[in-house]
Amino acid sequence: MTALTLKDVNKSFGEVHVLKDINMEVEEGEFVVFVGPSGCGKSTLLRVIAGLEDATSGEVRIGGEVVNMTPPSKRGIAMVFQSYALYPHLNVRGNMTLALKQEGQSKAVIEERVQKASKMLNLEAYLDRFPSELSGGQRQRVAIGRAIVREPKLFLFDEPLSNLDAALRMNTRLEIAALHRQLGATMVYVTHDQTEAMTLADKIVVLRDGRVEQIGSPMELYNNPANQFVAGFLGSPSMNFLPAGIVHEGDSRTLGVRPEDLFIAGDGPLAVRVSHVEKLGGDTNVVGEVRDQQITARLFGQHAIEPGQELRFGFKPEAAYHFDSAGARL
Amino acid sequence: MNKARSNPLNSALMHGALILYTLIALFPVFVIIINSFKERRSIFREPLALPDAESFSLIGYQTVMKQGDFFLYFQNSMIVTVASLFFILLFGAMAAYALSEYRFKGNLLMGLYLALGIMIPIRIGTVAILEMMVATGLVNTLWALILVYTAQGLPLAVFILSEFMRQVSDDLKNAGRIDGLSEYTIFFRLVLPLVRPAMATVAVFNMIPIWNDLWFPLILAPAEETKTLTLGSQVFIGQFVTDWNAVLSALSMAILPVLVLYVIFSRQLIRGITSGAVK
Repeated sequence: MTALTLKDVNKSFGEVHVLKDINMEVEEGEFVVFVGPSGCGKSTLLRVIAGLEDATSGEVRIGGEVVNMTPPSKRGIAMVFQSYALYPHLNVRGNMTLALKQEGQSKAVIEERVQKASKMLNLEAYLDRFPSELSGGQRQRVAIGRAIVREPKLFLFDEPLSNLDAALRMNTRLEIAALHRQLGATMVYVTHDQTEAMTLADKIVVLRDGRVEQIGSPMELYNNPANQFVAGFLGSPSMNFLPAGIVHEGDSRTLGVRPEDLFIAGDGPLAVRVSHVEKLGGDTNVVGEVRDQQITARLFGQHAIEPGQELRFGFKPEAAYHFDSAGARL
Repeated sequence: MNKARSNPLNSALMHGALILYTLIALFPVFVIIINSFKERRSIFREPLALPDAESFSLIGYQTVMKQGDFFLYFQNSMIVTVASLFFILLFGAMAAYALSEYRFKGNLLMGLYLALGIMIPIRIGTVAILEMMVATGLVNTLWALILVYTAQGLPLAVFILSEFMRQVSDDLKNAGRIDGLSEYTIFFRLVLPLVRPAMATVAVFNMIPIWNDLWFPLILAPAEETKTLTLGSQVFIGQFVTDWNAVLSALSMAILPVLVLYVIFSRQLIRGITSGAVK
């Protein structure tokens, strides 16, 4: 069954057209990630789904029902915010139970759901604490717990990890993935971090300037990007773009090669002067220049390469992508 | 830690300056209180001396208690101040929330219109206000004063509070909306507690001019049963003879409640549970 359908959704703030003809479907139990650079409209889209903003035109369906006129609390959604947005005057239990009390659930149901959620998130010891007495990671878990107890049709996450430090981010990412498997719930997740998108998503929606650039599974998007923007946005370090003329004289297209597809080859077509080397232990990132164009190669293992060195890089023909001057894939 | 703050010399200078300022600020209050316990001659002979066995006298307080209904004046002042502050804070916060939270046509104009009152002294309208009060039959009632003071305090309250309310996290309000809280609950339960320091500031700013005002009580409510403390104390100040004992005693007693209210509000200024709500 379709959990969420967006049909020709548009959103304008006065003169500014933020979302342009968004169409997509999210299946029951799917984990969908909206990803894009800041200002691309991904958070606005999430807020339109939540009902915090009204769509200027178009149709939002949750679980088959049109919800354009339904207030947020009646849409069967729960949302986790970047800033946690916990109620400062309520303790953890109060934060988690507030929505259920508003719905008029019985005490037994509330208690049972709080127990279940706090066990899942290891929050049992903190139920009587106030938000100001918790660490960032704990607060984020409370925010997630507040969403879980509502047993919503749709979970919405608005950049939930961007306030956490790197180590905690990785852990929480794994917890969210585990939670998704455990609950089997439909989740929509907004992020600007392509690693989060690649690791969590069943389906990625790449947005740019309020338009959907491409929708697909992480590997589909990685292996088969529809255009230069998607190709450059997913993958880290990002794809190298060079005038194809460097390789084939007279070719006016843009050549795209992923850093991990480059290798050192004595007769390779790319003559590179190395300007910087990042030795990560497992990998070595080599940054250099080909005829004033920057190029990055990601070599497996450790290499004794120094800045200033001249190298030749090669790549397999099937690893090459070509784009026209407007950025469309050829 | 901040270098300037940990330096003992800087710290001593800073405390010295603050103590000096405190002394200067408290000096008039101190003089009023010590002189209220002295007999008339000693007040003029040695105004800075503490009352001793010879000069000690409660005559001023006795006069105040005997003449006029001091406790009624006191009660009137208290009712007017507290009620005015309540309405200023309630309506000011509501208007500020509407202006900062909702996008509607004329939002900016409405904000400017409300802020205009800061620049125009309300006393310019005294005649019109008096006419209005006469027409509505509110002359010589405490309501006349409460309404006027509420109007007088609202512009600044709206201005200050709307600035603070813009800083309250949108996520928090949206979380409330998703959890099914009504806009009123969001306002009273989530937003108001977070702007409490600003509310206390507004309260303190408004309290003292209201408590000390002589103008409007004199014009709008001069009747015996609606006299405020400031107006009541005026009976001791005559054109030719002033009963200084009584004036100083009345003033000493008038200082107390303001002090108590101030302490209550300033404690609210200290941020407590608000930290940790977001981020």
